[in-house]
Amino acid sequence: MKIKGNCWKFGDNINTDLIIPARYMTAYSAEELGRHCMEDADPEFPTKVRPGDIIVAGENFGCGSSREHAVLALKGAGVALVIARSFARIFFRNAINTGLPIIESPEAASAIEAGDDIEVDLSAGRIDNQTTGEQYTIAEFPEFLTQIIEKGGLLPWAKTL
Amino acid sequence: MTLSEQILSARSGQERLRPGQFILVDVDLGFANDLTAPPAIKEFRKYGSQVFDPGRVALVPDHFTPCKDIESAELVKLMRNFAHEQGIERFYEIGRVGVEHVLLPDAGLITPGMVVIGADSHTCTHGALGAFATGVGSTDFAFFLLTGKAWFRVPESIRVLLSGRLQSWVGGKDIVLYLISRLGVDGARYQTLEFAGETLAQLSMDDRFTICNMAIEAGAKNGIIPPDNVTMEYLYQVNPDWVNRHPGFALDPGKKAVYSREMKLDVSKLEPYVAAPDLPSNGHPVSELKEVKLDQVVIGSCTNGRLSDLKTAASVIKGRKVSSGTRLIVIPATQDVFRQAMAAGYLDTFVESGAVVTTPTCGPCLGGHTGVLAEGEVGLSTTNRNFVGRMGHPKSRLYLSSPAVAAASAVTGRITHPSEVV
Repeated sequence: MKIKGNCWKFGDNINTDLIIPARYMTAYSAEELGRHCMEDADPEFPTKVRPGDIIVAGENFGCGSSREHAVLALKGAGVALVIARSFARIFFRNAINTGLPIIESPEAASAIEAGDDIEVDLSAGRIDNQTTGEQYTIAEFPEFLTQIIEKGGLLPWAKTL
Repeated sequence: MTLSEQILSARSGQERLRPGQFILVDVDLGFANDLTAPPAIKEFRKYGSQVFDPGRVALVPDHFTPCKDIESAELVKLMRNFAHEQGIERFYEIGRVGVEHVLLPDAGLITPGMVVIGADSHTCTHGALGAFATGVGSTDFAFFLLTGKAWFRVPESIRVLLSGRLQSWVGGKDIVLYLISRLGVDGARYQTLEFAGETLAQLSMDDRFTICNMAIEAGAKNGIIPPDNVTMEYLYQVNPDWVNRHPGFALDPGKKAVYSREMKLDVSKLEPYVAAPDLPSNGHPVSELKEVKLDQVVIGSCTNGRLSDLKTAASVIKGRKVSSGTRLIVIPATQDVFRQAMAAGYLDTFVESGAVVTTPTCGPCLGGHTGVLAEGEVGLSTTNRNFVGRMGHPKSRLYLSSPAVAAASAVTGRITHPSEVV
């Protein structure tokens, strides 16, 4: 699977209250939540993000609450992939469970800058930074998670049990 | 094996477990709230029609209740209808509902050795009773509804050894804020915080719940405290049957347990601790923050809305008035806590001081309702998170403290050590 897009850059500890504030959580459709995605971190994000864009962030992305609304908001905003130095654990499992592509790569997360165009080949485990010409390798997911990812999420995978 | 490994081993049917291994585990109790249950129910309906075991499910509409608007009323209606349709008896209507992490243990539903998942990050609270308890997402909860199971990566454990006798006005909240300031907000990421040491024996169940509640704020998967006499006395109150059926129950890591790290925390010189904006790890001794003026103080939540929390706050505030420039909101965590606080006169003390006392709810903790901050306002709260915009406007600022510091600060209108007031 290949993902190609333009990058937004955020810092460490981007928490779920920033990704989608609780004041919007009476909704749970991706489309509705996407309209407010990341607005407390960058008020221009919801209007300027384009389908297929990529978020690049620092340590502990998605820390805080268990709200899967955070993943839904990112999907609703059109975010195709999140690359971070590290992910908070509930966000990590929510992304795996619902089929939002994520990559944990300290190297790529540090090197990629806002506005860079990158192409990611998930099956080959490679990120090409088309702006700088740099390449980064991606560590493989453990077998257990790969099975869930390949089925498209936890509930489709549950049918195979 | 560590305490978490022992419980996960028993409930996954695998004799030996090592950290990093992925396992499917039988879950003893799973629950969700009015924000996390509706997306789970929506997904559940695409894949099944019958909940695997309704007796192991609890649905707790505590976040936006009493329903703050039409949308939140629709969320609770959806939960109520689902509970009725599926024969889930543990759906808690207002009048019975309380903050989930206080309500469920007090209802006797959590016992040592259980695997508990909640679609709420503060599910780690229940590790205070020696359960493996962790927060998950809505899809995890839907998977549990369908199968009765959850997947986990077996966590490494950090052993936190607490030593020393606590000074007056210092308790579980101060210990955990200090611990998080030492670990950082991701210092225990993916790992267990397993507590041990001589100080544990001095800590009440309420203090232990507070400590385990905030394990997530260091990024931990769960916090866990081995059951002792204090645990058993509490369990005898809430679930005497379990105690009678498990005489001499113990969880002991033994000498061969392997930890990723051991952390020694001498709490004997600890003074009340306060987390400054915008991270729970930004902790300081209260004396460093005494110039901070406050618009609002909140006492309540799954962290500090229990009876002993209200008792401490009432003892500080009795005979005094809330500062004229400051608002104080007190939220008993459950109906039981509310009634007991009423019978003991605490609620009258609060109201007489100029505070408002509200119905049990998560409300302002997550900026939901019943005490949201305006732009530029500064709050102090006994809750667990002070991220940007957590209690309201993105340009409001929030400090976190114990109920004793919160009550003293409401009296003076600035962050205050309780001994300055009492």
